[in-house]
Amino acid sequence: MKLHEYQAKQVFADAGIPTPESQLASDVDGVLTAAEEIGYPVAVKAQVQVGGRGKAGGIELVENEEEAREAAESIIGMDLKGYHVDQVLVEGAVDFVDELYVGITMDRGEGKPVAMVSTKGGVNIEEVAEEDPEAIAREHIDPSFGMHPYQARKAVYDAGVDKAVARDVSSVLTTLYQLWDDRDGSDAEINPLMVTDDDEVIAADAVMNIDEDALFRQPELAEMEAEAAGGGDELEQKADEYNFDYVRLEGNTGIIGNGAGLVMTTLDLVDHYGGEPANFLDVGGGAKADRIANALDMVFSDDNVDSVVFNIFGGITRGDEVAKGINEALEQFDEIPKPVVVRLAGTNWEEGMEILNEDLVTVEQTLEDAVQRAVEYAEEGQA
Amino acid sequence: MSVLVDDDTRVVVQGITGGEGKFHAEQMMEYGTNVVAGAVPGKGGQEAAGVPVYDTVHEAVEEEDADTSVIFVPPAFAGDAIFESLDTDLELAVAITEGIPTQDMARVNKRLTETDTRLIGPNCPGLITPGEAKLGILPGNIFSEGNVGLVSRSGTLTYQVVDNLTNRGLGQSTAIGIGGDPIIGTDFVDALELFEDDPETDAIVMCGEIGGEDEEEAAAFIDDYVETPVAGFIAGRTAPPGKRMGHAGAIVSGSGTGTAESKISALNDAGVPVGDTPEEVADHIEEFLA
Repeated sequence: MKLHEYQAKQVFADAGIPTPESQLASDVDGVLTAAEEIGYPVAVKAQVQVGGRGKAGGIELVENEEEAREAAESIIGMDLKGYHVDQVLVEGAVDFVDELYVGITMDRGEGKPVAMVSTKGGVNIEEVAEEDPEAIAREHIDPSFGMHPYQARKAVYDAGVDKAVARDVSSVLTTLYQLWDDRDGSDAEINPLMVTDDDEVIAADAVMNIDEDALFRQPELAEMEAEAAGGGDELEQKADEYNFDYVRLEGNTGIIGNGAGLVMTTLDLVDHYGGEPANFLDVGGGAKADRIANALDMVFSDDNVDSVVFNIFGGITRGDEVAKGINEALEQFDEIPKPVVVRLAGTNWEEGMEILNEDLVTVEQTLEDAVQRAVEYAEEGQA
Repeated sequence: MSVLVDDDTRVVVQGITGGEGKFHAEQMMEYGTNVVAGAVPGKGGQEAAGVPVYDTVHEAVEEEDADTSVIFVPPAFAGDAIFESLDTDLELAVAITEGIPTQDMARVNKRLTETDTRLIGPNCPGLITPGEAKLGILPGNIFSEGNVGLVSRSGTLTYQVVDNLTNRGLGQSTAIGIGGDPIIGTDFVDALELFEDDPETDAIVMCGEIGGEDEEEAAAFIDDYVETPVAGFIAGRTAPPGKRMGHAGAIVSGSGTGTAESKISALNDAGVPVGDTPEEVADHIEEFLA
């Protein structure tokens, strides 16, 4: 779960990390009032969760009311990399001499948190990591002790941060780790952490991503998620409603299966046999008939879909429940919207085959045959 | 002819009074697994799935000589349940639970460096030695006895590949689902080492997926250490970067690490053929054993 910039900044500011004065606005008047109160120059920043907002025209630095009006009109309501901009953050511009990067993330290879500091802030840190890995100082943290004060200092000195601000940067890094730890962060980042000419540090951006699996013990953040919701397209919202792991792709062969690895494999086979996957949809383990029917509804909602392959290998998912769900979803149509190919294996597959209404679907025995058939149907559907 | 689990394994099921725990304890017993006890705080003295329930794992070990635990505890409490197993010095703990907070697993991961207990999972289907015993939720009927070791990050993909093997008469020594989370106990390298050292395993299937660098590390290990022939499969070739494909661990990062190409080429460089389909994986195993 990703917090919006304004939410992450609030969390950071509450913990004592210096942030610029800012206000949230959702219309032009709101932007002008906020800018007046904060004092020009200000930055007007689109509140959508995509990287590279600046380059995409989602951030404007403005000197006066006229520029602020122009920026507000162009940014509010714009489409930024597929996301509709409803809100902007109006923020006092910081006069900086240096831009740093500080971040905490989980190093999955090591199974440990890692703190990172770099003097190459203000640019895409993943590019820095690729082109100049030495420019990022890393310090692994033992999660049973937390970050020792010396580790924060070491990361800051190793990165070559100017001595005049080293103490303040260490302090920001320490606070950031505590937040990451207390709030079940997956990533906590400040990029850039700006340094002013009088040696103050200030967080000009804020990233705080939370481990979805831990939201049950972070009620305050779960509430923020609800507030931040509404992003994403219609299909993604529907997937959220149904609680599916769903990813929309570009192709026209719809895919439904159980278990992430098997669904990914089904996608790969569609590609292997010359088709193009329309989506990833994992119904999860132990899905009952309702959920199976919802999955079909989900995939039929995508206009690009010309055929559907339903691939279930039951472990805790039962073939009879799957068959019931498929019947339930398809019997409500006078005409089946798109051809559906079904392959059932594993737990109760024979019971499932007895229940399944074979007038409504095409049945195949193996994964390979089912995928090839669905790809054929998709090609015919497109023609 | 197996690793980690056989018909001598004495199992305590943590969470045996819950729906999943009870159902799968019964299924395990039906398959022949020696389930000797359950452990559920506050439920000591009861009986579930026909075995005595204790309040603590410690008691289950004292009273019933359990040496292995299988964990069906809800995610909020599963980290604690794993710690209980590790601190009781069991030989093996198998965590089936999906959705354990990553920071809890980082603490478990630290503890694992200080104990001899092996952890499988979490978020895994468990493991099975066909004809002897299974620990977890794998459907026993698709497996058959034989000499192919299998290790996989994904549950249902394991079943698919096992089905392809079994249909050709290629039975399995042991199949291990190591789980799809970013932080897991036993990884590919650990499982490969077990199979390499098992005289009854003559070929190995390794099913990986996008995300992380475990498959690359496994390839390096195979190159250095493994003489048993290995065939691979990598799920997620068509996954776009930055999108999580179901498993918390299955994501190609923006900077391009964790891609299928990188994993396949690392495996190929280590002499491991990687099938384009599960059927092709079975082809390779058939060739190895011909």
